[in-house]
Amino acid sequence: MFSQIRPAIVMIVLFSTLTGVVYPLAITGIAQVVAAKPANGSLLTRDGVVIGSALIGQQFSGDGYFHGRPSATNTADPNDATKTIDAPYNAANSSGSNFGPTSLKLHDRVKADVEALGGSPEKPVPADAVTTSGSGLDPDISPAFARLQVSRVAAARKLPEARVQALVTNATAQPFLGLLGEPRVNVLQLNVSLDLLAAK
Amino acid sequence: MTIVGWLQIFFVLAAVVACAIPISSYIANVLDRKRTFLTPVLAPVERGFYKLAGVDPAREQGWVAYTMAMLAFSVVGFLTLYAVQRLQNVFPLNPQGFDPVAPDLAFNTSISFITNTNWQNYGGETTMSHLVQMLGLTVHNFVSAATGLAMAWALVRAFARSEATTIGNFWVDLTRSVLYLLLPISVIGALVLVFCGVPQTLLGSIDATTLEGAKQTISLGPVASQEFIKEMGTNGGGFFNANSTHPFENPNIWSNIVEIWAILVIPVASVLAFGRSIGDQRQGRAILVTMGILLLVGVLVVYWSEAAGNPILTALGVDPAQGNLEGKELRFGNALTALFATGTTGTSTGAVNAMHDSFMPLAGMIPMFNMLAGCIWPGGVGAGLYGFLVVAIIAVFVAGLMVGRTPEYLGKKIETREMKLAMLAVLIYPLVVLGFSAASVLLQGTLDPDGNWLTNAGPHGLSEIIYAFASQNANNGSAFGGLSGNNLWFNTTGGLAMFFGRFAYVIPVLALAGSLAAKKKVPASVGTFPTHGALFVGLLIGVIIILYLLQYFPALALGPVVEHFLMLGGKTF
Repeated sequence: MFSQIRPAIVMIVLFSTLTGVVYPLAITGIAQVVAAKPANGSLLTRDGVVIGSALIGQQFSGDGYFHGRPSATNTADPNDATKTIDAPYNAANSSGSNFGPTSLKLHDRVKADVEALGGSPEKPVPADAVTTSGSGLDPDISPAFARLQVSRVAAARKLPEARVQALVTNATAQPFLGLLGEPRVNVLQLNVSLDLLAAK
Repeated sequence: MTIVGWLQIFFVLAAVVACAIPISSYIANVLDRKRTFLTPVLAPVERGFYKLAGVDPAREQGWVAYTMAMLAFSVVGFLTLYAVQRLQNVFPLNPQGFDPVAPDLAFNTSISFITNTNWQNYGGETTMSHLVQMLGLTVHNFVSAATGLAMAWALVRAFARSEATTIGNFWVDLTRSVLYLLLPISVIGALVLVFCGVPQTLLGSIDATTLEGAKQTISLGPVASQEFIKEMGTNGGGFFNANSTHPFENPNIWSNIVEIWAILVIPVASVLAFGRSIGDQRQGRAILVTMGILLLVGVLVVYWSEAAGNPILTALGVDPAQGNLEGKELRFGNALTALFATGTTGTSTGAVNAMHDSFMPLAGMIPMFNMLAGCIWPGGVGAGLYGFLVVAIIAVFVAGLMVGRTPEYLGKKIETREMKLAMLAVLIYPLVVLGFSAASVLLQGTLDPDGNWLTNAGPHGLSEIIYAFASQNANNGSAFGGLSGNNLWFNTTGGLAMFFGRFAYVIPVLALAGSLAAKKKVPASVGTFPTHGALFVGLLIGVIIILYLLQYFPALALGPVVEHFLMLGGKTF
């Protein structure tokens, strides 16, 4: 065993240098040159201000914006650091609800959300409208959930529904070759184009 | 389930096998110390490593020296990783100004990374500085995977050689696995992920002003370089708390495909490389087919169960067309989420692209069962191969009992000593998993709904505990995340489970390698049981089902199985 200690220490030092310093720094250097936009988080700016990342969902609560999925992220309670409070779309602390299929908390949360959307077993709502994502930062909603919100958004913005629906159709990404991927709508980008339309 | 979904699954699996074939010949060349196309570039670096470390690459080791080298490397790795975490506040590259990692958490995380487990009791973006992520976690993503591959080839050589006293040189296997195999593929893979949208920057976070005027702090970092080796080294410790569900770790369908490919490609290729190294490729193929069948049955169950949706929520007015979406990202779809979940636990990766805790009961049982069996279809880098060879030895022993002949595998007679060592390795699993689970329930009262241990009550709570120990013991690292693991009890017992799951398993395996290497290779005769045909595949599957289902059926019945039936009855907890 003792004869192996020198190689053990030297190998840890060498591999730490190679795979822990050289490798990540080299990838960072190359990435910043050849693909700076994704390497820095696919940030979106408007009038010089960073408004978010195209990949990260954000919280929308007003009637005039399309809403994303519910989010289970939280943050430390400012009054008591040992507890946490709900903080939807907290991009500094990703997390899912971890509610199992027979969880009463899941049942109660979904029940309230379905009722708020006017759904019922006869008139079911799309599942993404009432379920939290794994990261709590899902940037997308399904086209069905977007359609469900068109009339509310159009009324709040005083825009014709057809124009808002056209925005949604435009913003819907389809699977590659109809095969790979899921049809989805990026909520932040949809809302940016909605602001543009409303400003005209 | 849809046809398009299955097409997605087979498309990814076809890409894995297509790439694994050339990579398998490369792996065999790297570990058999033959020349490769990278030799002109890397040979000087390799020689420099041996020179500085004082290693004579021409000198091989017997199994005892090989084991000692592996243990010395693991001990030094543990101590340095522990130190880096405890001292992260005084080191540079800590843009968010994190405090030192707590002692019990640093203990758990250090064991976790040297054993290739990568269990996350920490939340990456809220606990670990960039320096720890790079110098601590990324390094062990490479070397713990290389260690697994080294140990697998010690066993492969034992089968390939006849009357040998040595099984290779640990330092050479380790160095060559990192330099020739893991690092070059990771450089390409990490850049591919950046092009898919994964960030790679030294910034800690950025503040955005949302459209509604709120402030959103977005965590960033050198994600891509860690993300790729995390998958390809079957490690699984995420840069972020939410692991590969996080849009920065896994932004779209393309990154998702790249990551599933990376999880499966080296384990699949090393099984084929095993066939090449022992000079009989049919043996590798038979094992791969067995693994493939077990993996696909798992994918089928998860996909079917998740696509049906949660009947309790359907009754509330949720459209079941999208399946069970709680804990899932919209962009991956049910088919590739099922493949990711089965692949990440069929290997010892443990990265997740959906929260396994929110899976339907039977869908959650598949990852759990994959891990209870030790993550061997197709298994972690190296660890899957040696784990499966142990099961193959048990299978030929069973066949030998049935016909009354001394069993042999690949020309080596399997006798009392070999069987004792194989059983010693296999029996450590139920002891650790069921023992620690029972202790958690009985001694700590972790099922107590007021105890703050678990997010879920009822049978799902028990599933969370069994899943945690199954995962850590099998060095997987995925979790039913509702379990609050960052406390003295779970940090300590989990750390011990990972330690025993790795070392109490692999030391008997290396002893087995020493014992097999010393045996004379006997040529196959008419009486030899062929281990490359459909009969052997069937026998392997039968032995696996009997061995593992019997051990764990009572535990599974109290967790996911009973939960499934209660869910059908609409019961909540």
